[in-house]
Amino acid sequence: MIAFLSRPWPWWVAGPLIGLFVPALLVLGNRQFGFSSNLRHMCAALAPGDVDFFRYDWKQNGLWNLVFLAGTVVGGFIGGVLLAAPGVPLAASTRAALGALGLHDLSGLVPRELFTWSALATPRGFVLTVLGGLCVGFGTAYAGGCTSGHGVAGLAALERPSLVAVLGFFAGGLIATYLLLPRLL
Amino acid sequence: MATTLATPTPVTASSPARRLLGYFLLGTWFGVVLTKSQVVSWFRIQEMFRFQSFYMYGVLGSAVLVAGISIALLRRFRVKTLDGAEIVIPPKVMGRGYRYWVGGTIFGIGCAFTGACPGPLFALIGAGVGVMIVTVVAALAGTWLYGYLRPHLPH
Repeated sequence: MIAFLSRPWPWWVAGPLIGLFVPALLVLGNRQFGFSSNLRHMCAALAPGDVDFFRYDWKQNGLWNLVFLAGTVVGGFIGGVLLAAPGVPLAASTRAALGALGLHDLSGLVPRELFTWSALATPRGFVLTVLGGLCVGFGTAYAGGCTSGHGVAGLAALERPSLVAVLGFFAGGLIATYLLLPRLL
Repeated sequence: MATTLATPTPVTASSPARRLLGYFLLGTWFGVVLTKSQVVSWFRIQEMFRFQSFYMYGVLGSAVLVAGISIALLRRFRVKTLDGAEIVIPPKVMGRGYRYWVGGTIFGIGCAFTGACPGPLFALIGAGVGVMIVTVVAALAGTWLYGYLRPHLPH
């Protein structure tokens, strides 16, 4: 049991467990599995300004999700620190491709050469950390969902808009991986 | 069997604090699953976009399958929420569809840059990648920018 907990979990454990959040939230209180709504709720709570998109009762609509988010941070600590697994068993071809881009420390959950406070001061670290975050926030708000809301819950409910969003997501990821990252790194 | 077990006491079931504790525990479990499965790994996302491993496709595919079967079962057996309310999944509106493919594409670029979707961003902060706080602040700025520009964007 302890050995299982400290090893990385395989996809056929992780995927079904993630899928179960959809019925769990529905049964608990008719809530839709969707994490990026939290970014909107946070804007509504902290700085709604004069923007219609943020002028709604965020406590009524989103307090449950913000509490879920707080749990996710705690869970990240439990799974990523207390029960941390050593390294990610990455495909050899990916190791080679990233090595060719100049990334050699593949030991953590994120490349230390890009995502540390000191790397933030480098052009590539800054662009990936800040511009990447901007795109995540803008894109998920525009699309009305992220991997959880569209990718899992939306596709599971056979929503065509979610399929379009997921295809867009993949297009964006391929553009970034093959066109942008080689120029940035 | 459900009728004998679920005594209709919506008052206790919907006690706000207990309900919120339920969401907190579910969120905690979400963070554990995301980190233990390493889908929060920037490297795993690269593997996926380079089509060099089945791993992320296995995760997403089986998640969709289990969620889909679950929804079908909830509908088939007319399962109610803990409060006894009808389960409702509001349909998404396609419109002209711009928002889905343009928004999805911008999100995909951000996801490949940061190696994280919104959920994993917060799980990574818990896992000790403190600089992701900057990414979260940038994501909030991005969402705010969308809200501000929304009246002028095609949807």
